[in-house]
Amino acid sequence: MIEIKDIHKSFGENHVLKGISGKFEAGVTNLIIGGSGSGKTTLLKCMIGLHHPETGSVEYDGREFTQMSFEERIEIRKEIGMLFQGSALFDSMTVEENIMFPLNMFTEQPRSEKLDRVNFCLDRVNLEGKNKLFPAELSGGMKKRVGIARAIAMNPKYLFCDEPNSGLDPKTSIVIDELIKELTEEYNTTTIVVTHDMNSVMGIGDYIMFLHEGKKFWEGSNKEIAHTDIQELNDFVFASRFMKAAKEKF
Amino acid sequence: MNFTNFGKYILLLKAVFRKPEKTKIYMKAVFQQMDFIGVGSLGLISIIATFIGAVMTLQIAFQLVSDFIPKTVIGSVTRDSSILELSPTISAIVLAGKIGSAISSEIGTMRVTEQIDALEIMGINSPGYLILPKILAGITMVPLLVIFAMVLSITGGYIGGTLSGAVSPAEYIQGITTDFNPYTITVSLVKAFVFGFIITSVPAYEGFYVKGGALEVAQASTRAVVVSCIAILACDYIVTQLLL
Repeated sequence: MIEIKDIHKSFGENHVLKGISGKFEAGVTNLIIGGSGSGKTTLLKCMIGLHHPETGSVEYDGREFTQMSFEERIEIRKEIGMLFQGSALFDSMTVEENIMFPLNMFTEQPRSEKLDRVNFCLDRVNLEGKNKLFPAELSGGMKKRVGIARAIAMNPKYLFCDEPNSGLDPKTSIVIDELIKELTEEYNTTTIVVTHDMNSVMGIGDYIMFLHEGKKFWEGSNKEIAHTDIQELNDFVFASRFMKAAKEKF
Repeated sequence: MNFTNFGKYILLLKAVFRKPEKTKIYMKAVFQQMDFIGVGSLGLISIIATFIGAVMTLQIAFQLVSDFIPKTVIGSVTRDSSILELSPTISAIVLAGKIGSAISSEIGTMRVTEQIDALEIMGINSPGYLILPKILAGITMVPLLVIFAMVLSITGGYIGGTLSGAVSPAEYIQGITTDFNPYTITVSLVKAFVFGFIITSVPAYEGFYVKGGALEVAQASTRAVVVSCIAILACDYIVTQLLL
C-alpha cells in the first residue's frame, strides 16, 4: 500500500500540486486521472522520487520515502517497476538485454536463470521470440509491452504506469490495460496508473483519483464515476459525444 | 560556464564517483568506451597529426632562413612543439568535437526520452553508470592517442620537410635527436590526462541536464564542444605555467 499525505509541489511561481492526500491499495488498479496540466504526472514523479515535493510525505507500506537517504531510496526503488509514457527502452540494447538489465545489476543469478526470467516476462506480455530485436524495430504497442516486461522482471511490489495507452490504437490499449490488471491481481502489486483514457477508466479503474487544477476533486471506483454530480469531473469524463450518449443510455 | 553551472558540475562529479553497483558491468562499459574513444579516433588523429607535423616543418624552415641558424634546429623545434603543444592540444580540441558532441547527444537523448529516469527508478546511480566509464576511458585513451599523435607529427615533419627539400633527412634526424628533454613527454601526458577528463566530463554534464527535445539536445551538443574547447585552452595554460 502506498499512502501520500498533503503533497505540495511548485515550479517557480506555478503551484502544480496543492495538498494531495490519498491511499493506493495493493491488488487493485489505482488510477490517477485529470486533464492536461492537472498535475497527475507531477504527482507520480513526486511519489517515485523524480521530483521532490516541498511538503508532504509518501509512504511505501509505512516506510517514509521523501526523507530517506540515497542508499535507502535505492532499496525501495528495487521494489518499483515503472512503465513510462514513451516506454523509455534503452536504444542500444536488444529486447532481451533491456529486460535482463535490472537482473544483471542487482542479482547474482547465472545467465541461464536470468534468460529463463526474461523469456517468462516476454511470454507474459505475448512477445515470445522477440528477444533479439532492438527497440527501433518494434511497434508502439510492442514497445509498451516490452516496457511492462522490463518493469515486472524484478517482481516489483509497486508498479507505476505513466499514460500506458498514449499513442496506441483502441484494441492495443485494451490489451495493455488488461495486462496491467492481470499482473496487479496475480502478483498483488500496488499499481498506480496515470491516464486520461476513458476506456481505461471504465475498464480497469478499481480506485480512481480525479485531479483538477492541482487538487484532488473526487475519488471512487469506475462504477461510481458515472453517477457523480461534480461538474468538473463530468466535464472531464463525459467530454466526448460518445461518452455523453453512453451516459444517457446508462 | 557560470558559477551555478560549475557547482552543478561538481555535484554531478560527486555522484559519478559513487561506488558502482556492479564493477563487472562498469568494466565492460569502460572497455566499450575505450574502443569508441581510442580505436575509433585513431584514423582522425593520424591524418591531423601527420599534416600538422608536415606543415609545421615547412613553416619553421620558411621562417628560419639565416646562415647563422643550423637547419638541424628545424627538427628540434618541430619535435618540441609537437610534443609539448600541438599533439596534446590539437588532438584534444579535435577529440572534443568528435567525442564530446557524441557523448552530449547520447546522454541528452537518453534524458529527453526518459531513459535516465528509467535507470533512476531501477535504483541505479545514473551519473555513475553513464558517465564514469566515459571518464575512465577518456583519461586512459587520450594520453595514448597523444603519444601516437607525437610520433606521427614528428614523422609527418620528416616527410614534409624532406619531400619539399626544406631540410635534408640527416639534418632533420640530427635535429630531433639532439638535446632531447624527456620531461617534455611528462608535461604532455599530464596535459593529455587533464584534457581526457575535460573531453568526457563536460559534454556528459551538458547532456545530463538537457531539458526539452531534439533542438535542446543539439544546442547542448554545441555548448559541450565550445565549453570543452575553452576549458582545454585554459587548462593548457595552467598546466604549462605549473610544470614548465
